[in-house]
Amino acid sequence: MKKLSARRRHPLAAVVVLLLALAATGGLYAAFAPAGTAQADETAQSLAIEEGKKLYSVGCASCHGTGGQGSSDGPPLVGVGSAAVDFQVGTGRMPAQQPGVQVPKKKVIYSQAEIDQLAAYIASLGAGPIIPTENQYDPAGADVARGGDLFRTNCTQCHNFTGEGGALTGGKSAPNLEGVSPKHIYEAMQTGPQNMPSFPDSTMPEEQKKEIIAYIQAVNGEKASSPGGLKLGGLGPVSEGLFGWIFGLGVLIAAAVWVAAHTAKAKKS
Amino acid sequence: MSSQEEFPEKNLPSEQGDAHGAVEHTDDPFADPGLPAHRPRMQDIDERAARRSERTVAMLFLLSMLATVAFIASFVAFPVSKIVYIFPLGHVSILHFSLGVTLGIALFCIGAGAVHWARTLMSDVETADERHPIEAPPEVKTKVLADFATGAAESGFGRRKLIRNTLFGAVALVPLAGVVLLRDLGPLPEKKLRSTMWEKGKQLINMNTNQPLRPEDVVVGSLTFAMPEGLEEHSEDFQKQIAKAALMIVRIQPDEIKDKRELDWSHQGIVAFSKICTHVGCPISLYEQQTHHVLCPCHQSTFDLSDGARVIFGPAGHPLPQLRIGVNAEGNLEALGDFDEPVGPAFWERG
Amino acid sequence: MSTSTASDDKNRRVPAGERVADWADGRLGIYSLAKANMRKIFPDHWSFMLGEIALYSFIIIILTGVYLTLFFHPSMNEVVYHGSYVPLQGVRMSEAYASTVDISFDVRGGLLIRQIHHWAALIFLAAMLVHMMRVFFTGAFRKPREVNWLFGFLLFVLGMFTGFTGYSLPDDLLSGTGVRFMQGAILSVPVVGTYLSMFLFGGEFPGGDFVARFYSVHILLLPGIMLGLVVAHLILVFYHKHTQFAGPGRTNRNVVGMPLLPVYMAKAGGFFFLVFGLITIVSAIATINPIWALGPYRPDQVSTGAQPDWYMGFSEGLIRVMPGWEINFLGHTLVLGVFIPLVIFPLVLVAIAVYPFIEGWVTRDNREHHILDRPRNAPTRTAFGVAWLTWYFILLVGGGNDLWATHFHLSINAITWFVRVFFFVGPVIAFVVTKRICLGLQRRDAEKVLHGRESGVIKRLPHGEFIEVHTPLDQADLHRLTAHDQHKPADLGPAVDENGVRRNVGPAEKLRVKLSKGYYGEGSQIPKPTAEEYNEIAAAHGHGHEEITSGKH
Repeated sequence: MKKLSARRRHPLAAVVVLLLALAATGGLYAAFAPAGTAQADETAQSLAIEEGKKLYSVGCASCHGTGGQGSSDGPPLVGVGSAAVDFQVGTGRMPAQQPGVQVPKKKVIYSQAEIDQLAAYIASLGAGPIIPTENQYDPAGADVARGGDLFRTNCTQCHNFTGEGGALTGGKSAPNLEGVSPKHIYEAMQTGPQNMPSFPDSTMPEEQKKEIIAYIQAVNGEKASSPGGLKLGGLGPVSEGLFGWIFGLGVLIAAAVWVAAHTAKAKKS
Repeated sequence: MSSQEEFPEKNLPSEQGDAHGAVEHTDDPFADPGLPAHRPRMQDIDERAARRSERTVAMLFLLSMLATVAFIASFVAFPVSKIVYIFPLGHVSILHFSLGVTLGIALFCIGAGAVHWARTLMSDVETADERHPIEAPPEVKTKVLADFATGAAESGFGRRKLIRNTLFGAVALVPLAGVVLLRDLGPLPEKKLRSTMWEKGKQLINMNTNQPLRPEDVVVGSLTFAMPEGLEEHSEDFQKQIAKAALMIVRIQPDEIKDKRELDWSHQGIVAFSKICTHVGCPISLYEQQTHHVLCPCHQSTFDLSDGARVIFGPAGHPLPQLRIGVNAEGNLEALGDFDEPVGPAFWERG
Repeated sequence: MSTSTASDDKNRRVPAGERVADWADGRLGIYSLAKANMRKIFPDHWSFMLGEIALYSFIIIILTGVYLTLFFHPSMNEVVYHGSYVPLQGVRMSEAYASTVDISFDVRGGLLIRQIHHWAALIFLAAMLVHMMRVFFTGAFRKPREVNWLFGFLLFVLGMFTGFTGYSLPDDLLSGTGVRFMQGAILSVPVVGTYLSMFLFGGEFPGGDFVARFYSVHILLLPGIMLGLVVAHLILVFYHKHTQFAGPGRTNRNVVGMPLLPVYMAKAGGFFFLVFGLITIVSAIATINPIWALGPYRPDQVSTGAQPDWYMGFSEGLIRVMPGWEINFLGHTLVLGVFIPLVIFPLVLVAIAVYPFIEGWVTRDNREHHILDRPRNAPTRTAFGVAWLTWYFILLVGGGNDLWATHFHLSINAITWFVRVFFFVGPVIAFVVTKRICLGLQRRDAEKVLHGRESGVIKRLPHGEFIEVHTPLDQADLHRLTAHDQHKPADLGPAVDENGVRRNVGPAEKLRVKLSKGYYGEGSQIPKPTAEEYNEIAAAHGHGHEEITSGKH
């Protein structure tokens, strides 16, 4: 029961409860948030929503509307859920710097506590995917090979064989997954940020998301090995070709120049 | 550099000698002055420099031997699966790295030694070889043509037309035997490319979970892949079947679907399109959930899934085929028939 | 007779080596062979060794390839992987893929040999292309070497296909995507496309046969033909003797350099080890084709960044930028969007291959050429070559458009449009610009010959004018810069012959004359300085020249 008590003190426990009340498909999450804890944290939770609303009206309302209803500059946020907020703000994508085909990842400007408050506020606007807990996304012990298979079925088409990213239409692109935290990867799969489609639990159960995260960590994580030497960006034949031409053929031609050059003469005439 | 080194003056050739092959002085200011005289290298006139070169060459050969020994030692010493961190390469296999570097040095040093030997100790006097015309002299040509005429006449090849023509016939026909033998390389195409495993009543199986898909599983903005019920990953013909039957499922708000037939063939906005690109058959699935565009990673054909998978960019020639779907009694998604056109790349008989 | 020879030999002590040589000579005639070749002269120039890089990488590929066949299983039977690479354990894959993973992780040194094999293949093709361009830009393809040019070209094309079949053998997700592309392209062939595909794959794609079939093509058929061509190529190099650049003492009737034994034996032999050593070190430090990270091939899976090896990149560019034209008629489909690139693909290569014959036809030059042209002295040829390379390079850019897009933050659609436009415009621009540059360099050469080299010394004349002192060239440079011959443009001749009868000139001849004028007419070459011009200027400036010359020493 250690896990449970730890979660009870979690600032988001209340959010979970509120979402449960709102969500039609709440049954799926019931196991994680026993109804009994709801009332105890109600005040803490409404406080978080209050704080989140303040942060929202300063940083987000100009594009997403005062009540999250959206505007021409930003989509509505009703029903996107706390996981989407945690991903977008937690990876620095939001608040966006300038409009463009795609909002890039950049330096995170809110603290995790502020992000949680924002998330609580957005979650209060309508039900949506909630921020996962660590045992939902922690890849320890997951089947890496199965994750690889799932990754190749669902992810490689945009993110490349080992998550190096790739191009989409009209200047958009799928980002490199190197260094992205398991929580954010999980949230991305769950919420489908920007043009990425979502992979909800109904079609890709939680366990499979863990396996995918485990695979990404195995092939693109800090400790991922590249037995054959330099990875050359992991981009395949294009970078290999460039390396082969510039470095491979380059040193061979340098050697040829040495072989064919005249040996230094003893004295210039 | 070497010109600044000390060397015994007495070893310098006293006279450099005239350029050999020089043409006599003519009025032509651009006349060929002939091969310049050979100029000695340090090693040619100073035995100490030559000895230095000799030592360098021998050292390189010695280094090669050491590297080969190190190669064998690495092969024995390092386990095949050991990974170590080497800057700037990253986490690499120590066995692979050490074998490669030692073998590389062993080979490189043999080459470097041989080339250094050639460059510094072997004669570097340039000499000229005469060229001779490739063409045969006229008398040779005459002789050959005459010989050929004699030989041809003796064979009677030109005179005995019957022999000649039947020989041509025989030689032309015999390769047909080889061509016929190739027949069993594969079956005839027949209608094989026109149909897939999908048929009425086959449930859509989620590729991730191997479970039938239900409409409520598929939310707007999500992307799911499906295969026909009854196809198993370990089936004998899995690769062949999935190459045609692979399905991509997305859900679009019905009012956003522009194509009427697409809406009719969907189930409440859930649409199922072939995952196989109509260009050259890559599994296309770079779905952008906001634009409903799907991009092929191989050649960038772009299809609009909200408008009958119409081609909006790239080299594909026709839309992705759509599979008509519905819900069966158990509430699972099912196919209402096969694709009504061949999936994948176009071909001559496609029509 | 033979007994008398034997008894003669008994009278002196014959070294063992000579006895062996005698034995071989009695059966193979090696002495006569050696007489012609042992001291054969080869000229020294780094660019003459590019072909050697190709030759040696070819040998390296054969050596490492033989090793790989000892472990590779060319089979598409499905197995479940249980080897030492954790992220694949329990995954279903073909035996071909599983054995390649085993070579990489369970055979000691297997990964090294695999990487040497693949790196050497990339370098082999790169070296062949560079070598071919060296031959092209220096005009080394002219008579008597046109046939050897074709042999070389065939080697390049066969090398591409050997590379492609080899790349497909591991049956990984990347190469399988390439094979799928090939199958789609075959399907586009009118009338027989589906039949070709069924026969090649033993049924529907992917079937269970193509790895085994590609294997025999990759390790036997194509390399066998290539080995024969390489031998023929080398025999012709020996027979024709190597070309050389113009210079003092180097004429069209000789070849100046150093003898095969010992210098070139050591240099060429040593260079083999240098190439092998350097490729091995490249293979030790840089990964190539990490098939374990790509996963086994499945026709329903794909990854972005799906490209072929570089030498097939231009065909990838062709197919990527082609608009999706498809014509349906009478129940048939003409897949122009795929078929046109499939037809242009060989044409790109043929365009450069037939060039020597076109130039030969235009010039009607029937002399043997052993002195190389400096590229500037053949502006039209050089411009054509650069235009072709530009074309090729633009297609390569098209083939990697997705990576250009992500790494330079561009839109993939914009790059595709750029390639579509520059496919036509790029070569034209390159042609015009290159020709201009060549002519500029020719002018500079003429200037140098007539007025000498800029010495960097500024002199003030008595009347106050500042001039830069020019150092006259020495005899060797004067000769070198004027040694090339300049063709006269062809002429249609008078419209009527001496009897006043109208001459009949065919359209082919008219075209030839027109091309010849384009090649050598006004504005296509700068007349090289004549002796008269030189003498005139030398007489006028003679004094100044001497002054400098005396000052120099």
